[in-house]
Amino acid sequence: MEERFHIIDNYLMIRMPEEIDHHQASALSERADGYILREKIQHIVFDFEDTRFMDSSGVGVVMGRYKKIACFGGRVYAVNADRQIQRIIRVSGLKKVLHVVEEGRNAQ
Amino acid sequence: MRNEIKLEFDAISVNEAFARVAVAAFVTPLNPTIEELADVKTAVSEAVTNAVIHGYDGMEGKVTLHCTLQDKRLHIEVRDAGKGIENVEQAMEPLFTTRPELDRSGMGFSFMEAFMDRLVVESTPGEGTLVMMEKDFAKTACQTDEEE
Repeated sequence: MEERFHIIDNYLMIRMPEEIDHHQASALSERADGYILREKIQHIVFDFEDTRFMDSSGVGVVMGRYKKIACFGGRVYAVNADRQIQRIIRVSGLKKVLHVVEEGRNAQ
Repeated sequence: MRNEIKLEFDAISVNEAFARVAVAAFVTPLNPTIEELADVKTAVSEAVTNAVIHGYDGMEGKVTLHCTLQDKRLHIEVRDAGKGIENVEQAMEPLFTTRPELDRSGMGFSFMEAFMDRLVVESTPGEGTLVMMEKDFAKTACQTDEEE
């Protein structure tokens, strides 16, 4: 799972798992928080390339991490989100804080 | 067509995936669209997660998943015998959560409402919770040969 986390400058890149539900969420959040605490993380990029399912637990993962970095001017980004993930982002209202970067497999 | 399944499983988080995959398999004969399938999987995942986290709160218990298919209508019941909900109306408000420390988004019932056509929640404190959801298929999907 460690290879799912990469740091580029002050960005934490997280390659999200195939399914993000309550069962997966806590381990994911804990690991991300470890990086946020130890490293000088300002912004977070959630990469949904592998993700085929996400429920409201995934919304909680993104919101929880956003709250940890927002007070220092941090931003959260989503890349490679397919239509279903984008729908979850839209319906949940997450779009207010999560910047969805339209590129990769959705751009064609 | 008519079909029915009833499953009972332990209230542990690994079964959230089991439950949504079971329902997805159950509705396959309806030739659901990718979107309809995602809707149902998400709603089931939310209901079962609620039973695991809130209903039983780490205690041992069973969740029952009862699905009925009548023509193009899917009826789902998710039942737990956990602690129940004191105020159902408040619990169903978007962003309301009793467990912010767990990073819960408070969007569970909102998702069930958004992705299904009907949602009814009955709960008795100390006795448990019953979530009933319905979805009508093929409102937009292609017509299939299996239609009566």
